[in-house]
Amino acid sequence: MTFLVRLARSQAGASVAATLLALAAVTLVVIAGGYDIGHAATALWNGSVGSPYSFFTGTLLRATPLIIVGLAVAVAFQAGVLNIGAEGQLLAGAATAVAAGLSMAAWPGWISVPVELVAGMAAGAAWAGIAAVLKRRFGVLEVISTLMLNFIALFGVSYLVRGPLQEPTHIYPQTASLAASARLPVIIPGQRLHLGFVAAVVLAIVAWWFIRSTAGGFRIRVVGAGAAAAASAGRVNVDRVVFGAFLASGALAGLGGAVQVTGVTYALFEGISPGYGYTAIAVALLARLNPLAVIVAGIFFGGLEAGGAGMQRDAGVPSGFVSVIEALVVLGVLAVDRARILAGERGQPTTGEQAA
Amino acid sequence: MNGGPFTAFLEAGVRTATPLAYAALGELVVERAGVINIGLEGAIIGGAFGALVFAGAGGVSLGFAGAALAGILVAALFALFVVTLRTDQIITGTAMSMLGLGLTGTLYRTMYGSAGASLHTPTIAPAPVPGLSAIPVIGPALFDQPVVTYALYALVPALAWWFYRSVAGLALRAVGEHPEAARAAGISPDRVQWAALLFGGAMGGIGGGTLVLAQVGTFAEGMSAGRGFIAIAIVVLGRWTPFGVAGAALLFGAASALQTLAQTTGWAMPYQLPLAFPYVLTLVLLASARARTAAPAALGQRSA
Amino acid sequence: MTDAAFALSLRGVTKQFGSTVALDGAQFDVRAGTLHALLGENGAGKTTLMRLAFGMLRPDAGTIEAGGTARHWRSSADAIAAGIGMVHQHFLLVPAMTVAENVSLGDRGLFRGFDPRVAADRVRRIGAETGLVLDPAARVADLPVGAQQRLEIIKALARDAKILILDEPTAVLSAAESQELYSWLRSFVTRGCTAVLITHKVREALAIADDVTVLRRGRAVLSGRPRELAESAVIAAMIGSAATDEVQLPAAGSTAGVSVISLQHVSMTDGRGVHRLRDVSMEVCAGEIVGIAGVEGSGQHELLRVLAGRLAPDGGGVRLPARIGFVPEDRLRDALIPTMTLVENLALKEAGSARGSVRWTSYEARALGTIRKHDVHTSGVCSLASALSGGNQQKFVLGRELEGSPDALVVENPTRGLDIRATSRVLAELRSARASGVAVAMYSSDLDEVLSIADRMIVCFDGRATDTPVEADAVARALLGLS
Repeated sequence: MTFLVRLARSQAGASVAATLLALAAVTLVVIAGGYDIGHAATALWNGSVGSPYSFFTGTLLRATPLIIVGLAVAVAFQAGVLNIGAEGQLLAGAATAVAAGLSMAAWPGWISVPVELVAGMAAGAAWAGIAAVLKRRFGVLEVISTLMLNFIALFGVSYLVRGPLQEPTHIYPQTASLAASARLPVIIPGQRLHLGFVAAVVLAIVAWWFIRSTAGGFRIRVVGAGAAAAASAGRVNVDRVVFGAFLASGALAGLGGAVQVTGVTYALFEGISPGYGYTAIAVALLARLNPLAVIVAGIFFGGLEAGGAGMQRDAGVPSGFVSVIEALVVLGVLAVDRARILAGERGQPTTGEQAA
Repeated sequence: MNGGPFTAFLEAGVRTATPLAYAALGELVVERAGVINIGLEGAIIGGAFGALVFAGAGGVSLGFAGAALAGILVAALFALFVVTLRTDQIITGTAMSMLGLGLTGTLYRTMYGSAGASLHTPTIAPAPVPGLSAIPVIGPALFDQPVVTYALYALVPALAWWFYRSVAGLALRAVGEHPEAARAAGISPDRVQWAALLFGGAMGGIGGGTLVLAQVGTFAEGMSAGRGFIAIAIVVLGRWTPFGVAGAALLFGAASALQTLAQTTGWAMPYQLPLAFPYVLTLVLLASARARTAAPAALGQRSA
Repeated sequence: MTDAAFALSLRGVTKQFGSTVALDGAQFDVRAGTLHALLGENGAGKTTLMRLAFGMLRPDAGTIEAGGTARHWRSSADAIAAGIGMVHQHFLLVPAMTVAENVSLGDRGLFRGFDPRVAADRVRRIGAETGLVLDPAARVADLPVGAQQRLEIIKALARDAKILILDEPTAVLSAAESQELYSWLRSFVTRGCTAVLITHKVREALAIADDVTVLRRGRAVLSGRPRELAESAVIAAMIGSAATDEVQLPAAGSTAGVSVISLQHVSMTDGRGVHRLRDVSMEVCAGEIVGIAGVEGSGQHELLRVLAGRLAPDGGGVRLPARIGFVPEDRLRDALIPTMTLVENLALKEAGSARGSVRWTSYEARALGTIRKHDVHTSGVCSLASALSGGNQQKFVLGRELEGSPDALVVENPTRGLDIRATSRVLAELRSARASGVAVAMYSSDLDEVLSIADRMIVCFDGRATDTPVEADAVARALLGLS
């Protein structure tokens, strides 16, 4: 335990400590459930990293939307915006990208694919923009408004795939498939991993650079970490920064949806996101909102989901346990953080009466 | 049941609204104490699973008890983090939803095997109220329902009385409005929030139990289907009052029942439109000044 | 001396918040059946002392006795049960609730009914007995402040309070309302009850109280009956003996230069329609320190922010230089981001105006220069602001704001919560800024401190700013609105 305590003192260490705690808890659950832990671990390994196929088409393919949407959540949370509407923004982006792609079937890929992605980003930003305007103009809690918008987006997709965008035969509740030219290219022959993964990694690096090295990124961080000091000592226009970060977050989430439809599903249907927008919150939090760490956390969660599918297939361990791990990781990070703050309060002086 | 499609629509609306109303009334109490429990979904699915386990062992009544107990367990974990450790309500709540959905799915398959689907629990049948259920149109909708629905008819006014006509209700509202003022009056905001969350968890659990024991007759993974989030919308739409919440729950129930009505009457309308309508209405209401003044002033804030 | 004669008695009470000592072995005895005035400047520890007595805080050391028995309050509920009531300066009322509901708040029982008619009767009965009349059904949010204060008193009386503590009750009242409150308090103690009045209004306290205790820097420095005490002695005890021992000469050598900050007929109203600044005209010149004084709520908070360019007034002319440093009172909220490093906190200064990429190496060098030049004790520029002691945080903030030679510097309570060494260091920094030609405006709630450093004094009272001689007596009179 002292090892964990020492580990938890650093930022990255806190995540590792929380993950280890979560994995230990899950191991207990698996054992208590009467499963063969060795068998289960082997299946987890094989399903996630055991073969090139499981790594590229399992882990990394699943990690791609988690990284992009994880960045969306990280940017918003950095600015202190509790955007839990990434799911809805992702759906808006996916729907718009498909609509754009279907109408551009005859165009060459180097035109249609960028247009699809940009359309997805714009739609995601617009969807987040509704909540951003409600927050700025009327002071509406973004938590509630983005939650409502998630549902509305879900019904919107449901309507589109049965209405205006339904495939020509009008049998299945989904759109027609995108033309081959309007899809993101596969980057490794024989695998399904597409260019979107590379884009996700590049995007994470760009976001990391932006947050760390630009004035705009710095403004986002100071507004999130201390809005009063940002306004008073830094003369930052807090409202504007919050608004901008909200839109950027929505654009990233929308891009996540666009990448998923152009790279994986090639069509829009209702279950297009198995809750990426919510899992992304766990990804971002595990990454301590650091964009580079989002790559690692995204791949970790992607691997868990790929391996979880393998475990269910090979060892009979229910795949629902992946959500349990995700949840425990989040709770672990929260608890470790809180413990650190409490330890800091004991050791550090605080300001006079305000602390009372 | 007779009386044509409209009566069937009303009946389905009330039936759909019942679990929503339980969860939303629980969330109402929680929010009145100043906490947003986004993890209510976890309590609902926990309640559904608890109902399955306990009803299998001891019938419907024990099933509801098990549902409430499971909801309380989920809420207790949430309260431990949010009230005692003072973690962020939203992030913690999101984790609780994931935990509830994942854990029930895992336990379900572990305890009942991967087939599972054929598992049936005893259910509670509608108990028509003599006389009242014969009222044309609304009779069957309101008075040919299971007892859990009737319990709401008592619970809503009881809660309204308790909010405004009991000293504990005063304390609850004071904590949600101005925790420091409550503290100065000798009330412990932490204890009030713990109690509210446990009650909210029990109600969410019963809501989940209702799904299993009064409607579906079995458990399915993820069968809560976002009802925890819907409950939060219902509380906003109901403007944080018991009767308002009951009305809003009915509206959400009616919206989802409307698709059946549209199908049977051949009404050409995208069924998603009525489904989305309550959410849009909630958003619009949020933007109005009146809704914001109705919200507890300290809602979602971490007390220092 | 039998303790039974004391309704309330705090002995050797100490209370620390972090590194700040709010109370340092304070002694406070209140005779039963008297009106006792607790005097002191802002930050002297009056409110903390009374919050201990009311069970809202627990002492680090010392004992509390009420009614002759030693008490260990777990919460204010215990104190309320023992017959103590407190009227807080910032009212602790629930605005969305009615008068009757607020009065009933804190009653016990999960299913015990709350009958608005019974509660209303209780409010009316107290009104009939005491003359404190309110409409029980009125919403608190709709009540004027005077009525809200009456409600706070009614709340305490409804719990059978025999000892009533009032924290700066007249701060929000008009002169007539204050008189009314005082005469009510007299009748309250005549009935055998006890009242403690926290105030900084010396003249009023001496006129009305049976006993007076003066608190300064967490200690009781003077205690006695009003007729035995001279007003000047009480003021001297409040603001420190230095002010009367030696006359502080304005620094003779300092030659004020050109006007750097200029306000012309500035006025300002806050969100609730209260006038915060009324027709304020003043200048701050290069190479001088303008001292600003004012009791809480007199407008100095807003004035400082207008001078620092952080707040735009509603009316009047403002001329400000390009570069103004600002050291606000609440440094952990308004000046620093505790979870960020010193380098980042230095860069914070330019966060609003910076464009393009941030040159961290340059900020790092500047942060290093700042901690060296201003003697900030820290393990390095990459340590978090929260890891510094209060004094070092303040030296860092001051250093940051002085960096790049600003034209003007506005500081607010710069030594609050600092120990003696850090305090003298901060004051030395301000003097050296003056020497290098910076126009300095400084507010402090510690009059000694302002008087020891200021070239000119401006006293705020009721939103107006008045030029006052740099003398303790003159400033003290102006603070009370006398002059």
